[in-house]
Amino acid sequence: MKPSRIEACGHWVEKRFPMSKLWNDHMAQYYAPKNFNFWYFFGSLALLILVNQFITGILLTMNYKPDAKLAFDSVEYIMRDVDWGWLVRYMHSTGASAFFIVVYLHMFRGLIYGSFKQPRELIWTFGMLIFVCLMAEAFMGYLLPWGQMSYWGAQVIISLFSAIPVIGDDLSLWIRGDYVISDATLNRFFAFHVIAVPLVLIMLVFLHIVALHEVGSNNPDGIEIKESKDPWGHPVDGIPFHPYYSVKDIVGVAVFMLFFATIIFYMPEMGGYFLEHANFIPADPLKTPEHIAPVWYFTPFYAILRAVPDKFAGVIAMGGSIVVLFLLPWLDRSPVKSIRYRGGIFKKAIVLFVISFLVLGYLGTQPATYGAVIAARIFTAIYFGFFLLMPIYTRWEKTKPVPKSLTMQPTLEERIPAMKATLDEMLIKTSVETSAGQIKTQVKPNTAGIIKVLTRFVKNLKASLE
Amino acid sequence: MINEDVDTSKRQFLTKALTVVGAVGAGYLAVPFLSQMQPSAKAMAAGAPVEVDISKMEEGQLLRVAWRGKPVWVLNRTSEALKTLASLESQLVDPASNESIQPETSKNAVRSIKPEIFIAVGLCTHLGCSPTFRPEIAPHDLGDDWKGGFFCPCHGSKFDLAGRVYSSVPAPTNLDVPPYRYVTDTHIIIGEDLEEKAA
Amino acid sequence: MKKLITLILLLLLPMSVFASGSVGLQEADIDLSDNASLQRGAKTYVTYCLGCHSAKHIRYKRIALDLGIEDAAVLKDIAPVGAAIYDQMHSAMNGHDANKWFGTTPPDLSLIARSRGADWLYSYLKGFYVDKSKPLGVNNTVFEDVGMPNMLWQLQGLQTAVYKEGEGKEKVIEKLIIEEKGTMSEEEFDKTVNDLVNFLVYVGEPVQLERERIGKYVLFFLLMFLGIAYLLKKEYWKDIH
Repeated sequence: MKPSRIEACGHWVEKRFPMSKLWNDHMAQYYAPKNFNFWYFFGSLALLILVNQFITGILLTMNYKPDAKLAFDSVEYIMRDVDWGWLVRYMHSTGASAFFIVVYLHMFRGLIYGSFKQPRELIWTFGMLIFVCLMAEAFMGYLLPWGQMSYWGAQVIISLFSAIPVIGDDLSLWIRGDYVISDATLNRFFAFHVIAVPLVLIMLVFLHIVALHEVGSNNPDGIEIKESKDPWGHPVDGIPFHPYYSVKDIVGVAVFMLFFATIIFYMPEMGGYFLEHANFIPADPLKTPEHIAPVWYFTPFYAILRAVPDKFAGVIAMGGSIVVLFLLPWLDRSPVKSIRYRGGIFKKAIVLFVISFLVLGYLGTQPATYGAVIAARIFTAIYFGFFLLMPIYTRWEKTKPVPKSLTMQPTLEERIPAMKATLDEMLIKTSVETSAGQIKTQVKPNTAGIIKVLTRFVKNLKASLE
Repeated sequence: MINEDVDTSKRQFLTKALTVVGAVGAGYLAVPFLSQMQPSAKAMAAGAPVEVDISKMEEGQLLRVAWRGKPVWVLNRTSEALKTLASLESQLVDPASNESIQPETSKNAVRSIKPEIFIAVGLCTHLGCSPTFRPEIAPHDLGDDWKGGFFCPCHGSKFDLAGRVYSSVPAPTNLDVPPYRYVTDTHIIIGEDLEEKAA
Repeated sequence: MKKLITLILLLLLPMSVFASGSVGLQEADIDLSDNASLQRGAKTYVTYCLGCHSAKHIRYKRIALDLGIEDAAVLKDIAPVGAAIYDQMHSAMNGHDANKWFGTTPPDLSLIARSRGADWLYSYLKGFYVDKSKPLGVNNTVFEDVGMPNMLWQLQGLQTAVYKEGEGKEKVIEKLIIEEKGTMSEEEFDKTVNDLVNFLVYVGEPVQLERERIGKYVLFFLLMFLGIAYLLKKEYWKDIH
């Protein structure tokens, strides 16, 4: 049968470009574990947000002016005079914060399921490099609106480089292009933010995904699905990414967009955390705001920096808090990947780590009072302890037996009857006759029931940490 | 492990439905992204009408103003110049201004509301250079037949003192006449028509 | 289990949005759909503030469009004499003179509502009191040692501070009372200040009402998209056991 026009075009391309092979290797015949859960949405969401930042970023550069005298006004111009400029701006600013929320959750998934462990150390390394580039990209992007917080935040952080002995002052001068943050700094940060770092980011994301596809994805049970294959050579517990995960990721995208749109249209400032109040004042080199804090996603690291009394040692500590993340594949000595089968000590360590990260984040937003610094020191110690003591507490942890094949957890729908039953336990429902003669159901809290539920909750909590 | 009992028609329907909804969403999203490239309010503000005071104009004088970033000429034509306009018709491509752009009020033999004041966009209709003002009669570079007009140095197009284009030159149409109106005899607003004022 | 807890903790984080309340500020009643209030506020701004403070990011044309007023009406009733409809709200004062007279240039107020907040502005404008020790003769409960004179004193009257009884070297202000009455009653003045703050909130982000309006449709659309996407996912995942 003669091929159709479309088929003929397809053949023409196929002879010159491995279209089908790429499609099969990476989508239709890329076998992924069938038990991906909630934590597995964040990789594709990160990619979506990257695309969002690219597109909205390009649109912003059409009207933004990277000049110290014009930058602030050009942003307001975009917000008011450019058709739909406000939407593009909010998508970009919300996207930046969303990027960090998604990336932190994505990294957390790696942490709890051991996705950083052999043979996936390189995926983790590429991912950490992406994280470092992302922080640089966000930091430089934040200078561009040229508000008070942009200016003074950059001033504080760049001056950290001068703490480095011998070369520090010259280094800071070289980075800034001037003796203080100035128009020269703004222009070069613009060049880095718009083209240099995005190019590096794209390359790293490509490498990250190629490394992933070479080894195959990890899963919540932490077992290697490639170890049992069916007669056709496909992993028994694997399913082709397309259509199963393409279709599931679309649902993830839809849920994410609901949150994203709610923020953009109803609370783009997020109480001053996504768009800081002080940044609505044009940068004034002669007047420092009362309260300089970095944007929320940097605050844990800022808290660590301030916890150390010496400036240079603080810089080392802050850098070290990222370096330990790079070392994770080699710090963890447990043969078991997933937290589901790990010993109680690791589970408790993870809880402590999460608490320390969140508390450090909060402390980074507050002024450095005496009490806050003491607290920051304690939680910095916990943060570093999680990593540096890991070779010890993971080597001899009491792990549970790892299953031979993948376990499937109950879906959200399957859990609903149990959730309803728990809710019923906590309420007393009585039928009451109203004065008008109708029967209504009166719902009151059942104190005894609530206490029972809470006790059970605490017991389950304790058991899960064993 | 993968079920063979597949309800393909349901899958196709749902896939089609999702694609349609997705395409509609993408379309709605594209609208703001594409329209943000439209001229902004600042450009519109810069394109606002321009006021010209001609009370101090001398006969034969040419004023240049900027409107929407383009040069606009305000020419105080002499009575001799006006007399020559009719005699040129055989040399012109479109003496009746049927193909050119001008408001209704300027679609006449002299291409202006009042004959003495000629207003036109000072850009050649060929490729957009700004022609030079040549009011002198029979200069040696333009020949003895030259009765005054505008000469475009880029590719040699010629226009008379009513902006009408000569034949056998690269420019295809007469010079554009912008909308304008008289507030008083000496106060003109360029960029506003009589109809716009009423609106 | 711990994942559930982590998730709940994360979802509660946005509640910190509500943590930023300030002690001691009076609440302004902001309603951006109240065009009459915004118009009154605009007039007050031009009369009492525009002399020193520009609001250069808003154009009169935008005010006309958003507040539903004709261009001619804006130019007659709101804008200062000589303004054109597409002009931005510039102040007549130049920076050089301002520096000489006040030691600083009065800041542009286009974004003051986004950096300070409506409640702060409301309290600030109502918070001036007589203080003979200051060069301008006034101080402010919300902005200590402010370098701005009280432009609204004729409307409000003159307030004096009543200090708290007790020890300690720091004098704490308990409340302000009106010593000399102004042309407006307290209620009328509060309303005028509220209208002005309402206008400043509008100027800070003119598109706010529109963005909230569009948001409804976007969320509705996304819910629909989610519904169909979820059905499609469930259909395909019937294959997997």
